This record gives sequence, C-alpha cells and structure tokens, in this order.
Amino acid sequence: MRLTQGTFSFLPDLTDTQIEAQLRYCTEHGWALSVEHTDDPHPRNTYWEMWGLPHFDDTGTTTTIGAVMASLDECRRAYPHDYIRICAFDATKGWESLRTSFIVQRPDTEPGFRLDRSYRAGRSVGYAAHAYATDRPAGDRYR
Amino acid sequence: MSTATATTQPADRYRAGVMPYAQMGYWQPDYEPVDTDLIALFRITPQDGVDAVEAAAAVAGESSTATWTVVWTDRLTACEEYRAKAYRVEPVPGRGDQWFAWIAYDLDLFEGGSIANLTASIIGNVFGFKPLRALRLEDMRIPIAYLMTFSGPPTGVVVERERLDKFGRPLLGATVKPKLGLSGRNYGRVVYEALRGGLDFTKDDENINSQAFMHWRDRFLYCMEAVNRAEAATGEVKGTYLNITAATMEEMYERAEFAKQLGSVVVMIDLVIGYTAIQSMSAWARRNDMILHLHRAGHSTYTRQKDHGVSFRVIAKWMRMAGVDHIHAGTVVGKLEGDPATVAGIYATLRDEHTEARLDHGLFFDQPWAGLNKVMPVASGGIHAGQMHQLLHHLGEDVVLQFGGGTIGHPDGIAAGATANRVALEAMILARNEGRDYLTEGPQILRAAAAHCAPLARALETWGDVTFDYASTDTPDYTPTPTLS
Repeated sequence: MRLTQGTFSFLPDLTDTQIEAQLRYCTEHGWALSVEHTDDPHPRNTYWEMWGLPHFDDTGTTTTIGAVMASLDECRRAYPHDYIRICAFDATKGWESLRTSFIVQRPDTEPGFRLDRSYRAGRSVGYAAHAYATDRPAGDRYR
Repeated sequence: MSTATATTQPADRYRAGVMPYAQMGYWQPDYEPVDTDLIALFRITPQDGVDAVEAAAAVAGESSTATWTVVWTDRLTACEEYRAKAYRVEPVPGRGDQWFAWIAYDLDLFEGGSIANLTASIIGNVFGFKPLRALRLEDMRIPIAYLMTFSGPPTGVVVERERLDKFGRPLLGATVKPKLGLSGRNYGRVVYEALRGGLDFTKDDENINSQAFMHWRDRFLYCMEAVNRAEAATGEVKGTYLNITAATMEEMYERAEFAKQLGSVVVMIDLVIGYTAIQSMSAWARRNDMILHLHRAGHSTYTRQKDHGVSFRVIAKWMRMAGVDHIHAGTVVGKLEGDPATVAGIYATLRDEHTEARLDHGLFFDQPWAGLNKVMPVASGGIHAGQMHQLLHHLGEDVVLQFGGGTIGHPDGIAAGATANRVALEAMILARNEGRDYLTEGPQILRAAAAHCAPLARALETWGDVTFDYASTDTPDYTPTPTLS
C-alpha cells in the first residue's frame, strides 16, 4: 500500500527541486517550516518526532530554503527508513496551526494496516487499524 | 421621496387612530447607528403609490414594535428605544421600483443566543405586509455584543483540519448516488470505494433518512465498516456524513448517539429541521467532539429570487452564529445557482476573521466575527475533475469539493473516479504553489497529471469541459468600481 497522508501523496514522490518550490511558497507566506519523522504511520499518530525546532529565525527566502533542505538531509541520513514530512506553521491570529504538511520520504516497502474488529452490543463493531510495521519495536521498523 | 418626520408632541403622537409609520417615529433620517445596534438592509418593492420612505418605516415598524394603529400602551414602555429606526433609503441601481432601506434595531430587542428569536422579529410578519409588493432581506450587521451570546461552529475549519490531519488543499467528498433506493449493504460499498480511492468524505443525501429500502441503523453500521476499511487501506482519516435528520429531536439525538458510538467523526443535518433544532444539534456536537455538516435543503425556495425572500448570505451568517461546521454554499461552475461574485461574498461570510463590506460581492456591512469559528463551505452539484483549476480559483483552499456523479459515474468505477479527483486536486495545488498561472494553464496541468494517472485521463475524456452555463438570478446590484492602480 501507499500511505496517502499529506498534501501530495497521490502524486509521484517529489524531487528536491519540487520540494524547494513548495518551501519557497511557504516561506513567502511567512510560515515556519519544520521537519518531522516517524516509523509509526497510524492515521491518528499526530506527533511525529521533530528534527529540531521549526525554522523561525532564518532570514530571507533563499537562506530558509537552504537551512530546511539541510535539516531534511540530516534527517534522511539519520533515518533512511522512516517517513519524513515537511510541516508549515502559520502563527496568524485565527489560524495558529499547520498550513501544509507533505511527505518527502517514505520506506521502500509499506506493508500497510490490518483492520481489527471487536464485537459489541447488537451488531456494532469496534474497529482498530493496526500497522504491521509497529509489530516491531520503535526504531527497528522498515529495515 | 417624502420628507415625513416623526410627530413629537405626545398628545398628537398618541391620538387614537391610524398614522403613517414615518410619523410614528420609525423613520429617523438623522439617526446614527451605534456599535451595539443590529442593522438590517432590506430591498423593498412598494405597492404602486406607496412612498419609499413610508414603506421603509413600515418595515421598521412591523419588524419591531408597531401594529397597524396607534396604541396608548406604547407609553408604558421606553418605546423610543424599542422602535426600529429606518435611517436611510436609496434607490436600487438600475431599478425604478425598488429601494434599499437601512434599519437599525436596539440590541435589547433580541434574546441572546437565539436565532429563532432574532428571525421571528426580522423576517416575521413583515414579509406578508400588504403595502409592499415584495421584500428581501439582503444583509445584516450583527453587533459583536450579540455575536458573543452565540457559541458558533463547534469545530471550525482549523480544528477540523487538525482532527482529520489534512492541510494545504481543499477536502474532497462525494454524495452517495443514487440518492434513494440503495440497501445498507450496497450503500456502504459506494462509501468504501470512494474513500479508499482517495476521497476524504462521503455524504448521505438530504433525503436519506430511514426509508423502507434502508433503515438508518443499517446504513450507519455498513457505512462505518466502509470508513474503517478505507482508513486501514490508506492510512488516512476518513469520514462519512451520517444524516441524522428525523421527525423529532428525540429521534435525532438517538441517531447522533449511535453515530458517536460507532466512531464517526461527523454527523449531518438538513436546514429544514429548523433553526432551534440546528442550535440544539450544534450544542450536542460541541459536547461530543463531532463535526456538524449542514445541507441547505429548501433554501432556494426563499433565497434564489432577488425580489423577495432572504439572501443566502444572511442565512450563511445565521448558520455561522447557530454553529455548523460545514454548509453548502455554491460551486460557481456547477449545476446549481451561483453567480461568482455572490458566491465570493457568501464564502467570505463563512470563512473570514473579519468580513469587509464589498458591494460588488453583495456585502453591505463590515462584519467582525468576534472569534466565532470559521465554517467550511461545501461545493456540491455538477462539478468534475476537469474544472479543478476553476474551482480552486473561485473557491480557494478551505472548502469541501464534492464530486458525486463526477466520482461514482467514472467509467472505470468509483475508486477510479475518486483517484482522478484527488490526483487532479493535488496536481493543481502543487502547480499553484510553484507559482504557475494555474487558472490559464489548468487544462495543461491536468493533462500532464493524467500522464501518470489513467483514471484521471479517463475522467477528462468522459466529462471534458462539461459546463452549466446559464445566467444567474441572484447577482449583486453594484459593479466593481474601476480604480487607477
């Protein structure tokens, strides 16, 4: 399967040039960029691991894009088998949340999820999606 | 226009008998509205021979304290304050027989937090008043003091995105078709295929409740099987708007509770359940972490014709106050009524932190929103993947694009239809963010995306550039003012 979280998962994986164009769009809107990674792809796994803090203080679009790409490269080297995403935070009043979030690295094989069902009263069923990858300990998945 | 003024001597003012509304004090051309006043803007078509100012004063009177004759019991009250005041009347551009009237209402005329009370005054008796041939409520300025008595949307655009983990693009949905006749089992099949193919939401139609062909519990059970299967197949959060519209509040609460027990992220109601029922379900949704979807069933009976009724931008305003998270608000390019400028005004009303007055979009007033959550507009009805650039241009990013026929009618099946829509959308967002002129280059961008997506290629072949190009009936009365810049 292909995990389809994030803004561009239905397109072919983005090249670095394409990633940089998206970073430019975010920076020009004044959003703070950050790099996050995980080996738990569950749809309700909100908190991926942060690769450092969001890039609040890099000045100028070119500098910021360079700094974020450098962070991304470090993260890729440290976690070559993880999912990695870029997030853009907008601190504007009334939003104060993510403006975009897209996957920029994924494992070579994605085994997907098993759907567990438990019986409840009447015909109701309790559901839980279970990622096959998480059968192994964190840090030891997708290898 | 007449120059009628209020009769100020008490003995004259309260002499028994009939007196023109303007003389009774409902026309106050020198009145300056205060920040706490609620202001309504009406389009008035007086009967032949009825003076515009007297007609405006009559609307002010009949929507506040007046009756057809003088009553002495006014004198037991602070009646000067409770009288609504028509303070400005202007001819509608290009129409000899219609007038815009501005009417101010004191805040104390209205019960806090009650759309039912607000509307019973503003659109109560007055719309049937004989001296008027027609009357339309075009816009309202709601004072912040009154907005603060409403809770507003239980979830709002930002928190909905956070809960669903979906950012940076419009959401995608589809209404299950055919709208009537599917069994629960077959219905869930459509939901599963559409969601696993790439949609974020599927939707019950407005008239899917609990009929002989499908009991509501059956639909809920099969739909949630489909939602959970699709989540496991994609690793994404998915939802289906379970329509809980029913004959009584007790029945609606029962359906809502069952949807919650089954783990649905969203429930749906129809506008025809009424303002009080909507506010009750909004409070329930707020208590139960539920996104509340509103289908505007019935609205065109009173919003579409410009001469008489209530503009949808006013309904949108009331629904943001009443507290819904989604509302159908027009597509521009689809099969249902929707002039681009009018739709832009409605979307601004739903989504802005502070909606600016803009006459060429039909917005007569600045409207600060006092922190009420934003409502996600829903564009549904006769739209398809080939229009993605136009949809993004007209409707922006915070919108649910719903392709019913444009998903389910795909020649290679429902999942293929869903994938076509999702790929078209993501390709268009990517191109927009890269700085391309996506509106002009839209067709090329779609063709390029179709090169790596066979379902999109088939969708473009099938629907190509199907459009619904008819003149709109509900259009703004003002054109943009040319500027030198």
